[in-house]
Amino acid sequence: MKRVYPDKEYCIGCHLCELACMTAHSKSQDLIVAYREERSKDGLSPCKKVYEKGDTCVAISCRHCDEPSCVAACISGGLHKDPESGRTVYDREKCVGCWSCLMACPYGAIRRHPTEGKIVKCDLCEGREDGPACVAACPNLALKFEER
Amino acid sequence: MLFQPVNKNYHEFCIDRDKDLCINCKVCVRQCSYEAHYWDDSRQKVMHDNTKCIGCHRCEALCPTAALNIRNKPSDFRTHNLWRPVFLQNIYKQADTGGVLLAGMGSPVDIPVYWDKMLLDASQVTNPSIDPLREPMELKTFLGAKPRKVEITTDKKGKPKLKTKLTPQLELDVPIMFAAMSFGAINFNLHTAMARAATETGTAYNTGEGGLHKSLYKYGKNTIVQVASGRFGVHLDYLKAGAGIEIKVGQGAKPGIGGHLPGEKINDKVSETRMVPIGSDAISPAPHHDIYSIEDLLQLIYALKEASEYKVPISVKIAAVHNVAAIASGIVRAGADIVTIDGMRGGTGAAPAMIRDNVGIPIELALAQVDQRLRDEGIRNKASIVAAGGIRCSGDVVKAIALGADAVYIGTSTLIAVGCTICGRCYTGKCPWGIATNDPKLSKRQNPDIAAKKLANLIRAWGHEIEEMLGGMGLNSIESLRGNRDKLRGVGISDTELDILGIKHAGR
Amino acid sequence: MKYVIIGNGIASIGAIEGIRKVDTENEILVIGSEDSPAYGRPLISYLLAGKIGPDRLALRPQEFYKKSNVTLKLGTTVSGIDTKAKTVSTDKGETLDYENLLIATGGIPFTPPIPGSDGSDVYNFTNLAHAQVLISKAKEIKRAVVIGGGLIGLKAGESLFDRGVDVTILELSPRILSLAFDENAAALAGGRLEEVGLNVRCGVSAKEIQRDADGNLKGVHLTDGDFLQTDVVVIAIGVVPNYNLAKDAGIAVDRGIKVNDHMVTDADGVFAAGDVAQAKDLLFGDDRVIPIWTNAYNQGFCAGKNMAGADIEFTGSLAMNSISFYGLPTISVGTVNPPEGDDSFEIATTLDEKKKSYRKLVFQNDHLVGYVLVGDIDMAGMYTAFVKFQMAVPEDAKKQLLAGEPDVLMWPDDFFQETWNPETQS
Repeated sequence: MKRVYPDKEYCIGCHLCELACMTAHSKSQDLIVAYREERSKDGLSPCKKVYEKGDTCVAISCRHCDEPSCVAACISGGLHKDPESGRTVYDREKCVGCWSCLMACPYGAIRRHPTEGKIVKCDLCEGREDGPACVAACPNLALKFEER
Repeated sequence: MLFQPVNKNYHEFCIDRDKDLCINCKVCVRQCSYEAHYWDDSRQKVMHDNTKCIGCHRCEALCPTAALNIRNKPSDFRTHNLWRPVFLQNIYKQADTGGVLLAGMGSPVDIPVYWDKMLLDASQVTNPSIDPLREPMELKTFLGAKPRKVEITTDKKGKPKLKTKLTPQLELDVPIMFAAMSFGAINFNLHTAMARAATETGTAYNTGEGGLHKSLYKYGKNTIVQVASGRFGVHLDYLKAGAGIEIKVGQGAKPGIGGHLPGEKINDKVSETRMVPIGSDAISPAPHHDIYSIEDLLQLIYALKEASEYKVPISVKIAAVHNVAAIASGIVRAGADIVTIDGMRGGTGAAPAMIRDNVGIPIELALAQVDQRLRDEGIRNKASIVAAGGIRCSGDVVKAIALGADAVYIGTSTLIAVGCTICGRCYTGKCPWGIATNDPKLSKRQNPDIAAKKLANLIRAWGHEIEEMLGGMGLNSIESLRGNRDKLRGVGISDTELDILGIKHAGR
Repeated sequence: MKYVIIGNGIASIGAIEGIRKVDTENEILVIGSEDSPAYGRPLISYLLAGKIGPDRLALRPQEFYKKSNVTLKLGTTVSGIDTKAKTVSTDKGETLDYENLLIATGGIPFTPPIPGSDGSDVYNFTNLAHAQVLISKAKEIKRAVVIGGGLIGLKAGESLFDRGVDVTILELSPRILSLAFDENAAALAGGRLEEVGLNVRCGVSAKEIQRDADGNLKGVHLTDGDFLQTDVVVIAIGVVPNYNLAKDAGIAVDRGIKVNDHMVTDADGVFAAGDVAQAKDLLFGDDRVIPIWTNAYNQGFCAGKNMAGADIEFTGSLAMNSISFYGLPTISVGTVNPPEGDDSFEIATTLDEKKKSYRKLVFQNDHLVGYVLVGDIDMAGMYTAFVKFQMAVPEDAKKQLLAGEPDVLMWPDDFFQETWNPETQS
């Protein structure tokens, strides 16, 4: 299964991946509207987060683990593994906002939605024609979408 | 903007931010290593300080909404052909600091670019052109001394074989090499990229005077190792690692003076490779302190030949200065297999601006003279000539070869291929494209995977264009173009210049 | 039948998913005493509170069982296990043979012997049936007393309150959630509940449930002498492992069914997982019953894989709780209340009472072994990483943890690379 692998040797901390992620998940599909309006009105936030420490930085999002801790912790069945695609799928409708997955994920990949009692988690840009938006936006090949 | 020295306003560039498009995402703030963009906490938006902008365009390139435009802010002093604005600005700076004006990259002065004044021939009717898609085009070039004549014998089975012993040759699939840019002036990622691109395209790259890191030894077959006046990184393994050794006597951008790598730019990798302590300035003296005559040069050439067991060609690199032809003749007679001439437009990481702009001669003229002198003295076969110093496109390459070069070195073009915008601030060590810096935060902006691909693409693209131009001239081998002045015509230059270049005027 | 699972809860689901990772062919039989498809037990408080409808209870979509080649026998209780003949008998009179058996019978409510508790209007709150009863009752009643200030009690209390009932919660220890919280966290959470209007009384318990001459519930006499008038009493002190099946079959039990680090009991081919099992604890290394949702799944998953022939060691149970009190989120993981006077533990706390924000980190010998977060829970997962992976925390990393800014770049380099950017397998 293809996953997004971050390379902290070449991440330049530009945050363009976060912006691309936000745009890909926005209603308007337009960066300017998404950043200026949807962020404050709808609490739109990226699934990806760039961490920086000294000169090193890296962009982190859900690893779609083979044996996810979040699926084990979910009390509503909102998170489960899709046997065909291999992705860790989030069903927003089932989610009750208990934050157990946020607590259980040791990779910090799950965050609270700013306004609704739901979570924000990478969905590998399912349905997006060119694959994950973050990979396409990275100017320095620090994100790779491949099988390993 | 208060309490600044008055002349702070005479800066060159202006940042234009389109308010409709700017979303205050701060990408520009993070990318600008000169801190021209900053986050204004009280206004809660991104602001910029034009006085800090040096026109590198990094912010413009990465802005996700294309909200930025960098443009000139010429300080409109009264029009004066003698006192052009740059002279006023330089004097203001020196009056403030008392320092030597530094410059990076090649000289921008307004003296003739002879590449643009020469035109190539093409075949029509007689001697028809060759289609490179149908016929093989030979771009292969061998650098090294060629024998006066070749003797053939036959072996026991009657098959022909070469009797004459050849001196070592450097084989290139295409006559374009990556020029010498030291590790320290540019960062390690780019050296890795050049090594990989050279290997992939069958050409070579030059280590420059910063030595060769152990991890790059595996690309040795495509590496020319340089021995410069500071002898940085020179030891036996280093000499044996490359496919050629180059003695750097001079550099086109700064003839007659040495080099200086400030201590701040020396981290552990640079220190290990150059064999200097971390944090101490690495100074290359002006002359090699063991070369004070042509006989000394001969001694060094043969010392290196001995050390490398006569397995690789030895090159000598000189800057193009007034008597370059005579100097080149001496060098060839001293035993060099290759003579590299670096013209005054060549690039540099740091050089005094006065020297960069006022010393040396253009490569086109130097090349023509060196080629002619060696031919006149009957020693042209004893060494290959490599030309460098502002080769911008495949057209320039073809013209250089027609003027007599065996191959060319491209330095500035290499850096432009990976993003350089010739802002000319290499000496600050803050290159936002991650090229002329060893700051780990910046140098990772050059991912060797991406850079190697771009460099290989450049070589391939130029190679194809050269094949097209050769075919158009009715030639199918670069050998037939070498020194073939008749394929060139000059336009808009004086009789003296035509004579020096050894070409006729267009129309003749 | 190659795989038989007794119990239809989260451990059972974990086991099914574990088995299917190794063996996609052989059929699985699940015997569940409740008549509904596997549901998320913690969801019953959301159901009681009216926050979700019964349609959202199922843990897995309908097709899950069919796709996983699982036969469900619902509404059937296993009455006995014969470990020699390797069969189980059900209350419907069937005898079913097994090759690999998983006992995932969960926990049953612990009912202390309070005088007057026998009779009407005294309820437990651990399963769907309890929730359904309380939902219908909630329409009629005005007051309720909940005995137990742990997770179940608090959730029961909140849910009834949301249905308009006046609720008092009784907790024997000096603070609510005495295991998962320390005084500061309990004070913040308790304070929030008081703000909203629930009554929480700590340090007391029910001495006697008072009934009138007809046996109708009148109220509760407390240990401190007070009397609370009430219409219903909910006993929510905790659950104990439902291990009688195993005990009667001669399988070794202690506080729960004893299993080794492969989730196997001392009977051949018999496994146990979930609230009923006593398994290795990650932090303490010894065996404990840790009735936590995630552990039940993980134990089931590990048991399932081993039932199918894999050789997987269980990494260990970890106590973890995520509970929100009317918009105030709290998270508690690992060892939160280390023993007093033990010098190997180091505690660091940051408390902001106005913002209702609290962070407590418990270190032992340079490792993070537990933490509590109230309010600012966003970095919880990053802290969990240090506890779960037992990564050493050198001094500079510790500063960052204490400042509330843990991040993935603090991990040791090779572990980081292995996790996030492994070399291509090919």
